Amino acid sequence: MTDMLQVEGLNVAFPSRDGPVRVVRDVSFTLGRERLGIVGESGSGKSQTGRAILGLTPPSGRVTAERLEFEGIDLRGAPASTWRSLRGRRMSMVMQDPKFSLNPVMTIGRQIVEAYRRRGTTTRADARAKTIDMLEAVQIRDPERVFAAYPHELSGGMGQRAMIAMMLIAEPDLLIADEPTSALDVTVQLDVLRILDDLVRSRGMGLIFISHDLRLVSSFCDRVLVMYAGRVVEEIVAKDLHAAKHPYTQGLLNCLPRIEGGQRPLQTLTRDAAWLE
Amino acid sequence: MNALVEIRDLAVTFGHGANEVQAVRGVSLDVAFGESFGIVGESGSGKSTVLRAICGLAPVTSGEIRIEGETLKKPRKRAFYREVQMVFQDPYASLHPRHTVDKVLSEPLAIHGFDDAEARIERALNDVGLGKGFRFRFPHQLSGGQRQRVAIARALILEPRILLLDEPTSALDASIQAEVLNLLDALRAERGLTYLLVSHDLAVVAHMCERLLVMQHGEVVEELSREALQNRAAQAEYTKDLLIASEGFKGI
Repeated sequence: MTDMLQVEGLNVAFPSRDGPVRVVRDVSFTLGRERLGIVGESGSGKSQTGRAILGLTPPSGRVTAERLEFEGIDLRGAPASTWRSLRGRRMSMVMQDPKFSLNPVMTIGRQIVEAYRRRGTTTRADARAKTIDMLEAVQIRDPERVFAAYPHELSGGMGQRAMIAMMLIAEPDLLIADEPTSALDVTVQLDVLRILDDLVRSRGMGLIFISHDLRLVSSFCDRVLVMYAGRVVEEIVAKDLHAAKHPYTQGLLNCLPRIEGGQRPLQTLTRDAAWLE
Repeated sequence: MNALVEIRDLAVTFGHGANEVQAVRGVSLDVAFGESFGIVGESGSGKSTVLRAICGLAPVTSGEIRIEGETLKKPRKRAFYREVQMVFQDPYASLHPRHTVDKVLSEPLAIHGFDDAEARIERALNDVGLGKGFRFRFPHQLSGGQRQRVAIARALILEPRILLLDEPTSALDASIQAEVLNLLDALRAERGLTYLLVSHDLAVVAHMCERLLVMQHGEVVEELSREALQNRAAQAEYTKDLLIASEGFKGI
């Protein structure tokens, strides 16, 4: 398997009054045409890792890496023209919150058509038909209505699906999905995962799936990186997750309640300062 | 059964004419003294609206809500709010950003004319595991889990018998969720509280509640005991789908 993405020694730091805060520390991984999960709690640096790969770190942040390559293209300090040719077409990102990542003054349809037409020349009618198809593919029941709707007229789950449709319509090689299903109901969540799964299998897309939900990730992804305070504490094949060695991974697994019942009170996580070393 | 909370054929409708939305359509349930009762469903199923209707925060169009056999009237009496308190979903939105924890906790005491506010506030903070050090902080100086503890302390400070919990942990990380659920569990055992807990997470409800109601599109799908849920003995298709979905992704 050839690796499309290579990350070595990635660091992201933000300045603060007490010196730089390192939110991502020495993260290294490679990604082939597979599903890689990144799991961690809020503040563990999982989203910042995803953003750094797409060059979307906020301007105040400082990104350094020994190696950051996407299909042989060095992304460190890449000029804006390189980013323009990559973002959207070859790599894209589904953001966590559709409320903040959709353009509030454009209809959903126009936004998706815009994303599609950037790929190359198509007719307007073709772009529209393709957009309606894509909205249907993400299980939107009434695609014509959603096409003409503004983001504020949709529920969170609908907005999230429209966002996913927009990212997928350009058929990128690499998709970074930042909590793409957290705002969705469990049954809809499975539909969205099925769409992503299909794209990985049939088109050989690479997927980085960022989530706080360890169980969901382990059932969906091939490999899982577990992050704690900006550091990857464990990399594990998803189906071996129950045999995780790091106490943090074990703690995250054990503190979840189970339908079958079990321990009462629930185990809580005791954090160890040594995990940061 | 000796029911503390009885709901009969509750219906809630928002809007008028073409914009009319029937959020709750004929829901009935009974919650016994000291019981923990769960309501599960997807977004838009009307589960939170049932809780809000009990509090008088939703436009009830028909049906009846009784507490200890007494039908609730509109507007609710002050005594009602001493008995029944609610904890909301989002600890970032449910605390006033410019009120300190002390102010948040002293206001209900002042409204209901409690004496000895000083000692009560300290006790309430201790009960939720926060301690005196948090008393004069603002919400932005607290983490999500700490805020939810403040929200629970605010609900408990009036010594209610019934706590309405609307997705109390869905905005929290898994490890913090475990802490808050343990706290709620311990408080109920200690004080004999009655809980009505709303969640989209079957595992949380299975952990916290003895019985549960599954809702969809504002209607009751079925009522289950915890044992039935654990043995996956659901009757309705919808509940079976929820159970399958809760296991995660299984391919096609």
